[in-house]
Amino acid sequence: MTLQLFLLLASALFATGLYGLLSQQSIVMILMGLELAINGIIVAAAAFWFYLSADRPDGQVLVLLAISAMAVEMAMGFAITTAIFRARDVDMADSASDLVG
Amino acid sequence: MLEGVIFGICALGAVVAGITVFRVDSMARATFALLASFLFAAVPILLLGLSYLGILVVLMMVMEMLIMAVFMVMYMMNPAGLMPMKMVHNNKASIGIAVAVFVMLAAGVLLTPWPAAVTAAKTAAATTAMGTDADPTLALGMDLMGPHMLVMIVIGMVLFATMVAVVVLATDRGRYERFGDDLRRRSPDDPVRGGLGR
Repeated sequence: MTLQLFLLLASALFATGLYGLLSQQSIVMILMGLELAINGIIVAAAAFWFYLSADRPDGQVLVLLAISAMAVEMAMGFAITTAIFRARDVDMADSASDLVG
Repeated sequence: MLEGVIFGICALGAVVAGITVFRVDSMARATFALLASFLFAAVPILLLGLSYLGILVVLMMVMEMLIMAVFMVMYMMNPAGLMPMKMVHNNKASIGIAVAVFVMLAAGVLLTPWPAAVTAAKTAAATTAMGTDADPTLALGMDLMGPHMLVMIVIGMVLFATMVAVVVLATDRGRYERFGDDLRRRSPDDPVRGGLGR
């Protein structure tokens, strides 16, 4: 196990999540892509902590931040999906294009 | 050596399960594939000695994915396989962008001259010098309740704001719709009459 292997795992998770984010139509599936991407960040932060600054807990604080970001993102995402589905019967990103510039 | 093998299996499993999320037809199955990906990805975190954060990820993700499965069934695009449809748009470009990002990140990972690893012995020495135990969980706790208290406060506020916002967004008809803006209406204005005494 080296730092590079961990970061490669994190990059693969992030890229997979990015694919989901870009390609999925359903809003909840987009959220799943976002979760995968954030999971990559958690792995990367943990590896950075262990290999580069294990004498300070800052890396762990970053992991904690990423975990809370994940929880908040999921809750808000589902609430927004519920709201827009109730208001307009929309559950696809293509139909919710009000902010297209 | 054993750790390396476990890391390899789990890393591979995490990525394969992550790809499965976007390949299966059923969104409920996708949720459990995502759960598998999270569990696989938590093992490398545990291997790094972050027992608290690793277990936290496992517990949180098991609960979150079980709740998510309910939402997935609610918003399922192809319920029981009765409405076959394409779940993706712009698929080729998305794959291209994802692969390009991975290649770019991997190049950065492999080409960057990372500083030499802080060895465990050095860590132990440093933490002993600081007067704390070498336990990373204890170090995290002391840090969050000390120098990084602001992070904890902000996370707490953000989570509270999320709870309020989520309830406001997800509520269909609250008391202000039913009893008026000043809550003075005698009987609630409901589309369907019901309840006790009505």
